[in-house]
Amino acid sequence: MNRQIRRLGVGIMLLFVALFVNLNYLQIIHAGALNSNPLNGEAVVKEYTAQRGDIISADGVTLATSVPTNDQFKYLRQYPTGALFEEVTGFFSFTYGSEGAERTYDKVLTGKKSPFKLPTSIKGIKSFLTNTNASQSITLTVLDKLQTVARNGLAGRQGSVVAIVPKTGAILALYSNPSFDPNQLTGHNQSIVESNYKAISAIPGSALDPPAYRQRWFPGSSFKVITSSAVYDHQPALANQVQPNLAALPLPQTNLQLHNFAGEVCGGNLLQLFTVSCDTGFGQIGLSLGAQSLYSEAHGFGFDQTPPLDLPFAAQSYFPPAASFAQSLPTLAYSAIGQEDVQATPLEMALMTAGIANGGVIMAPHVLDHVTNSQNQTVETFKPSTWLTATSPATAAAVTTLMVSVVNSPNGTGGAAAIPGITVAGKTGTAQTGTGGTDDWFVAFAPAQDPQIAVSVVLPNQGIGTEIQGGTLAAPIAKAMIETYLSTNPSTLKSNG
Amino acid sequence: MTSPPLLTTAPPKPARRRTELGLIVLVVILTGGLYALAGFGKAGNLPANIGPFLGALFALLLIAHVAMRFLAADADPILLPVAGLLNGIGYVFIARLSPHEARLQAFWTFLGVAVFIATLVLVKKGRYLERFRYTFAFLGIGLLLLPLVPGIGENINGARLWIHVGTFNFQPGELAKLALAIFFASILVERADLLSRGTRRVGRFLILDPRYLAPIVGAWALSLVIFLAENDLGSSFLFFALFIGLLWVATGRAYYLALGGGLFVVGAVLALKVIGHAQSRVQSWLDPWAHAQTTGYQIIQGIFSISGGGLWGVGPGQSSASHIPEASTDLIFAVIAGEIGLVGATALLIAYLLLVGTGLRVAVRCDNPFEKLLATGLALVIGVQTFVIIGGVTRLIPLTGITLPFVSYGGSSLIANYLLLALLVRISHDVETPVPPMAPELVTV
Repeated sequence: MNRQIRRLGVGIMLLFVALFVNLNYLQIIHAGALNSNPLNGEAVVKEYTAQRGDIISADGVTLATSVPTNDQFKYLRQYPTGALFEEVTGFFSFTYGSEGAERTYDKVLTGKKSPFKLPTSIKGIKSFLTNTNASQSITLTVLDKLQTVARNGLAGRQGSVVAIVPKTGAILALYSNPSFDPNQLTGHNQSIVESNYKAISAIPGSALDPPAYRQRWFPGSSFKVITSSAVYDHQPALANQVQPNLAALPLPQTNLQLHNFAGEVCGGNLLQLFTVSCDTGFGQIGLSLGAQSLYSEAHGFGFDQTPPLDLPFAAQSYFPPAASFAQSLPTLAYSAIGQEDVQATPLEMALMTAGIANGGVIMAPHVLDHVTNSQNQTVETFKPSTWLTATSPATAAAVTTLMVSVVNSPNGTGGAAAIPGITVAGKTGTAQTGTGGTDDWFVAFAPAQDPQIAVSVVLPNQGIGTEIQGGTLAAPIAKAMIETYLSTNPSTLKSNG
Repeated sequence: MTSPPLLTTAPPKPARRRTELGLIVLVVILTGGLYALAGFGKAGNLPANIGPFLGALFALLLIAHVAMRFLAADADPILLPVAGLLNGIGYVFIARLSPHEARLQAFWTFLGVAVFIATLVLVKKGRYLERFRYTFAFLGIGLLLLPLVPGIGENINGARLWIHVGTFNFQPGELAKLALAIFFASILVERADLLSRGTRRVGRFLILDPRYLAPIVGAWALSLVIFLAENDLGSSFLFFALFIGLLWVATGRAYYLALGGGLFVVGAVLALKVIGHAQSRVQSWLDPWAHAQTTGYQIIQGIFSISGGGLWGVGPGQSSASHIPEASTDLIFAVIAGEIGLVGATALLIAYLLLVGTGLRVAVRCDNPFEKLLATGLALVIGVQTFVIIGGVTRLIPLTGITLPFVSYGGSSLIANYLLLALLVRISHDVETPVPPMAPELVTV
């Protein structure tokens, strides 16, 4: 009988080995799929109910916080500033998932990405064991003060304002209309949240797609910054070449002509053309540069590339491939003045401006400044990095001179952005949309000799007036942003004092 | 060379009891630590009754240990601590799921230890049980029939395996299992020779005389029918595996395994055709996802809990096990594997293997064939029962309602398991205690 008993033992052992193998399959090999199974309510609710840290603005305003509740979700996510920071924080909704910084920094906020440290105190041991206090708060680079200036400047009109620190890529402001109150999507009553979502989707301008980094408009003359940079990089002689005074430029391969805005007659060297934003002159410069030079310059400044923004799904800006111009040179002339098929996000135009301000180097744009744990200790600080080297310091300095002229020359189009005592460099853009309206831009940075802030402002789909509307509508907003920032930023006071 | 007297070659083994005491202390520390962690995980602080809990656990195991020093001094030192560990882990997870059930389980544990000691007192030698073979047969069948008696039987979750008298619920099948194991062991020992070779000639072949098989097959068929009538498929399978396993061990004939396998397939097909309960169980085993909100709900929730545990688990007390049906009984393993992970679940499997292995080792060392077969049967019951429920919860085999020995919530199960443990301890002691060759009691027989 002993032989059978031993075999029985082996048999039972094999059964247990089968159990062990199956457990390995369930808990290790197949665990990922099971944990993300939509039927796995526990995992979904657990994900959603994890304690979540706050999101705080650079000037200490709480942008997102979690309030304990008595229902199954344990916490209600709240946004005390309402729609003001919606484009940056995004939202954290059980029904519609998450957006914005809530999405990018989800694992940081819940503490799943916290650096592992052995507990050093009784309290630490307790929180280590209970795992209840792993959440971390994030402080952003965005300022409540500048967001407010941006919102007031737009005054309810559709548009976006983006402000960046050129040296670091830190985003100081990122605000657009239309926007919505993220609290509408985070409630725990599903039917109310669903009807809110429908209402938000119905707002013209797709508020759910953050306009500042996911929507594109024709950059118009603000693109001349890149065209000018291409001149210095590829054919410096063009900068001093005088373009004839024209009201309309005859275009190759066709009978059509490129007309100046409002039938104006203009011409001159690059500085003169740039100051008054002469379309015929820049059209000719575009043709002289050629498709390849213009394309490579645009690409160097970030067109046709995805900016490494730490907010989800940033859109690429568009400049057509060089080969597409071979049989249609007129479009090259139009592309040189930011028309035709050229499209840019407000973020890209801010990055372009920041690149000129930072000696040709575009820093990776980011909204995160640092992460703090539940004991309010800083556990991680965002390290700035270079995204692109768009051009040389010499070219950047030359373009800066052009941009200062736009604001300071009596005949410059950007006089509305001038600030007493501070040299502002800027460029207007008033692109014809082809549907009877204009996309009105102003990009600027200041102080020109030691840039602290770069701004891009766009007011799309404005009616056509008699003036360069980028200068009259967008420039005052950029000016207000610069003024507000420089009047409070301690580093500016230091360099000015 | 003169061989020394038998008594002096096998001295008493006080070392075994010292080992046992050391293991008990270890078990109390382990269980206490787990209890504290579960309290932290669930409520964020130490459980209020951690002191009384540790005291009671230690006192209970100590009492059982002292009783063994007097009643079964030479028994294997692993059995009691492992059972205590499993019982303790079970209590921690029951307490974490339902404080009410935990209080009841504490009461059942006291009773279980009392039954353990009482069994050791009453059963002086394992082999004495052989004399009451038919008593146990009738007891077993009677216990199995009890839930079918109108008035006291009760249907719970589609299976009729409970009796209730007043507010008192009991699952007699748990005890029936043991009674029938004793009966099978004794009758198979007696007929092992007859069953292991053919005696009747049919043509050129010698085949088994049906007369010898009849009572055994009859008892098996009867209890199988009873189990099926009560819809308790898990116990039915356990019982069947026990019978076939013992038959094979007793006779050494592998064809009984084949015969058993064949009978099992026939029985399973019949059960599928006849019992709706069984059909939905198999359906929810093969494709629970197609019935995620109905028959597959329980198993899917269990699987999610297990997979969520990963390697180290989410931590004792930290999963939201509230929505798992039968979390403290049938599916307690899902909660355990979720909270202490693959590492903890594997440790639990090893604890069971230790228990089963010790039981089988005792069986191998037995001289008395009845005790040998009984010890085998008892070890087999623990092994198969553990496999059936853990395999069911992890979807290796269809899920059937059966308890995880010593761990699941339930009085009848706990008491039956302590009874089983006492019998193993008794046999283990008998094995190590030499029998004087000319003992007077044997001479007078």
